[in-house]
Amino acid sequence: MRPATDTGRDGVDMYDVAILGGGVVGCAIARELSRYHLRCVLLERFAEVGFGTTKTNSGIIHAGQQTMPGTLKGLLEVRGNAMFDRLQRELGFGFRRCGELVVASNDEELASLAKMKADGEAKGVPGLEMWDAARLRREEPNLSHHLTGALFAPSAGVINPYEFAFALAECALRNGVEVRLEHEVAAIAPRPGGGFVITSTGPGVPAGAPPVEARFVVNAAGVHADQVAALVGADDFSIRPRRGEEYMLDRRLEGIVTRLIFPVPTPASKGILIIPTYDGTIMVGPTAHDQDDRFDVPTTVEGSEEVFAAVRRLCPSLDPRATIAEFAGLRAVSSSGDFIIGPSRVPGFFNVAGIQSPGLTASPAIAVHVTELLGRAGLPLVARDDFEPSVAPPARFAQRTHEERQALVAAQPLFGRLVCRCELVTEAEVHEAVDHGARTLDGVKFRTRAGMGRCQGGFCTSRVMRILADRLGVPFHEVTKRGAGSWMVLPMEPAGEGPEARKEGAPCSDA
Amino acid sequence: MFGRMNRRYDVVVVGGGPAGLAAALGALDSGVSRVLVVEREPEAGGILRQCIHAGFGLHHFREELTGPEYAERFVLQAMDRDVDVVPHAYVTGLAVDSSGHRLVRVLSERGGLSTVECRAVVLAMGCRERTRGAVRIPGTRPAGIFTAGLAQKLVNLDGYLPGRRAVILGSGDIGLIMARRLMLEGVSVAGVYELMPYSNGLTRNVVQCLDDFGIPLHLSTTVTRIHGRDRVEAVTVAPVDETGRPDPEKSWDVPCDTLLLSIGLIPENELSESLGLALDVVTGGPKVDSTLATSLPGVFACGNVLHVHDLVDFVTEEALRAGRFAGEHARQLRRPRDTIQLVPGANVRYCLPHTLSTDRSHTIYMRAKTRLAPCVLRVGNLLEKRLRFVVPAEMIHLTIQPELLERFYEDRLQIDLVPVDGKGAP
Repeated sequence: MRPATDTGRDGVDMYDVAILGGGVVGCAIARELSRYHLRCVLLERFAEVGFGTTKTNSGIIHAGQQTMPGTLKGLLEVRGNAMFDRLQRELGFGFRRCGELVVASNDEELASLAKMKADGEAKGVPGLEMWDAARLRREEPNLSHHLTGALFAPSAGVINPYEFAFALAECALRNGVEVRLEHEVAAIAPRPGGGFVITSTGPGVPAGAPPVEARFVVNAAGVHADQVAALVGADDFSIRPRRGEEYMLDRRLEGIVTRLIFPVPTPASKGILIIPTYDGTIMVGPTAHDQDDRFDVPTTVEGSEEVFAAVRRLCPSLDPRATIAEFAGLRAVSSSGDFIIGPSRVPGFFNVAGIQSPGLTASPAIAVHVTELLGRAGLPLVARDDFEPSVAPPARFAQRTHEERQALVAAQPLFGRLVCRCELVTEAEVHEAVDHGARTLDGVKFRTRAGMGRCQGGFCTSRVMRILADRLGVPFHEVTKRGAGSWMVLPMEPAGEGPEARKEGAPCSDA
Repeated sequence: MFGRMNRRYDVVVVGGGPAGLAAALGALDSGVSRVLVVEREPEAGGILRQCIHAGFGLHHFREELTGPEYAERFVLQAMDRDVDVVPHAYVTGLAVDSSGHRLVRVLSERGGLSTVECRAVVLAMGCRERTRGAVRIPGTRPAGIFTAGLAQKLVNLDGYLPGRRAVILGSGDIGLIMARRLMLEGVSVAGVYELMPYSNGLTRNVVQCLDDFGIPLHLSTTVTRIHGRDRVEAVTVAPVDETGRPDPEKSWDVPCDTLLLSIGLIPENELSESLGLALDVVTGGPKVDSTLATSLPGVFACGNVLHVHDLVDFVTEEALRAGRFAGEHARQLRRPRDTIQLVPGANVRYCLPHTLSTDRSHTIYMRAKTRLAPCVLRVGNLLEKRLRFVVPAEMIHLTIQPELLERFYEDRLQIDLVPVDGKGAP
């Protein structure tokens, strides 16, 4: 994702739409808008898209039976779910419909599952089945024998949310959307004659670059959406971050559950789950704790204890000692409790805010919905006949058969050079990630899985840094973990020039 | 020859570190001639390549060498004796054909994905470092958290510094060595924090790397939180009680931009697991008999992939033996089956090998669970040996002579470490 350099050419020829925020929602809107003859720009605060809430998402495509009927999120969730097969074919991200089980441990919970089934069927959730304890034990033998039954939803799935965001952005970029990274929106002013003038700050903004001018603004700024809306007085809502901690377990546990396992939800949360990820690891979490800080995403001792206590009630053999990584993310919970999508009280300024769970599932449907709303507000939606819906999927060497691997190495010898031993990632795949927009260690990690395995980058970090430095044309020490400020190493002072050498008057050899 | 890989060998060694190189030489000693070492790095030598400090070889060579010097001696011998070493190569799997040959799948840049046939395989993949996830340190996830070994690689092989001010969690040997290494490079080291009431490194490293450089070692203290959004800004540390639980009341913050983790090593057994080898839950390595053969016929294991050693000299000793037995296996010589199960008893965390035969002398490696000083090492009713002290960080080795076993007809031999006069236990 190269940062675009041609800004609004003469002030008149401004952008049709500026999308603020490159999370999965902003990226989905960008791709949807790129189907039409429009000039669009996406502004993202971080060094790469999907690096905020998206990156820490649980990665679930919900079936839809758990959301309250009659809400906007409930409607977009079911609609979004049905779009993922096609999206997966077009964009190649990791996605598998593994199905989900909401499990009950007493008669009261069984009764609420029956109600959930009825609600789900009314919303059009396909294939819901009630399972008794015997069926549950046969299908998922490692779950607790205290469980009394489950509601099975076959259309639920697991997804790599960051891969989805990367592919959406890449597709949008390919179809003409400009993606500007490390651009943090600082001010939004009404533009004389209509539209908005958006001023950004951040390491990605070239000195003296003119502000972005756009007719419509779509605010998809996630946990910052209320702050961004406040810049133009379109903040008739507020966002409260709700932190969730997740614990990633060793892939040795693959197969301990084969479907998503949910407890019966409470009004506040869908609860703490067991997630068999697309990549074959097991993830457990998330917690749900409101906080004020919009950046601080620590994991805590209490969170870890809460998560493992909860999941061990569902699956007693899950062991905290199998943890290989832990992380936390923030959900953008709106003051209305529902998604806030549509025109604000400032004409031309659209909010897409409060997109908490099931926001990822709903995101493609949100994008279609927002595009329709923009059309109704006067954005001319003239379809392009050259829209290219697809991007090349990653090679995923580790998932290939012996014969496929042989063919890959024969075609490209760098497939024969191993970079990450835990996840079996090859040098060719790191190059491919850079070709697809990776600019940081995390960008490579979330595209290739190099560094996600049980050694957590102990082996691959300096190799990936070396390749990134070469490809980006920067010195090794300028490679970052995830953008400005997240530096990895410092250069050593050349021999004879360090402070010690100067102090001792060491001779400087000319040889 | 370096870089050559044929289709057929007597013995294939997985890993070209100190264990793999010694195993290759051991195999040659047993009388085979065609030996291949598969190495994933550009050069053989393994972790020793980045261990530029001295202190290697005191047992094996009776002189003090640096890591690269120690490795070079084995690399040169391997070259002299015509061992094939293929770099940038990785073993992805292992199969058996109907004639009992082992088929090793090797992924390499030059050879693509190829299959090498052999009679015996030696696993010598070494170990890896435990990470933050393994001890679940709460807090943020900024840049600046490195395992000590990765930091060592960045400094010694790549020529970069991990930061300006470091805190080291865990007193494993690599952490101690890196504390000194960073001080020498002008990086300030705020301190080494160790959860246990004792150091997990060799005593000599505590003295030479910390005491001599005035770096404080805080025992029974751990990092309870990492701070910083983009880069580490500080860590919170707190003393722990006897159960290892931190006391938040007594915690304090240490400003730093770097956190090094030296919190233990784990045998690297991805391949062993994929082969379905029986593993020991305590060592994390394969179960082996007295010939260092694993549960899969013709597959042997040695070095840190078998159990984590603290001195490379003992890795060499073990690997030479494993290589010799693998070579014998390739020549279709067979040793008598083991008849005795060796089991850890009082205060013994583990002991290796898992079984013994009665026909020859055996070298036994073991680790203590807790410190005892002085104590008695008791091998069933065969042998008692008085030791000045035992600590978990220092491996104990013992040779049992065949005379002792000749008239031993039981099937179980237990090893105990017991205090002398009931004194010494913590």
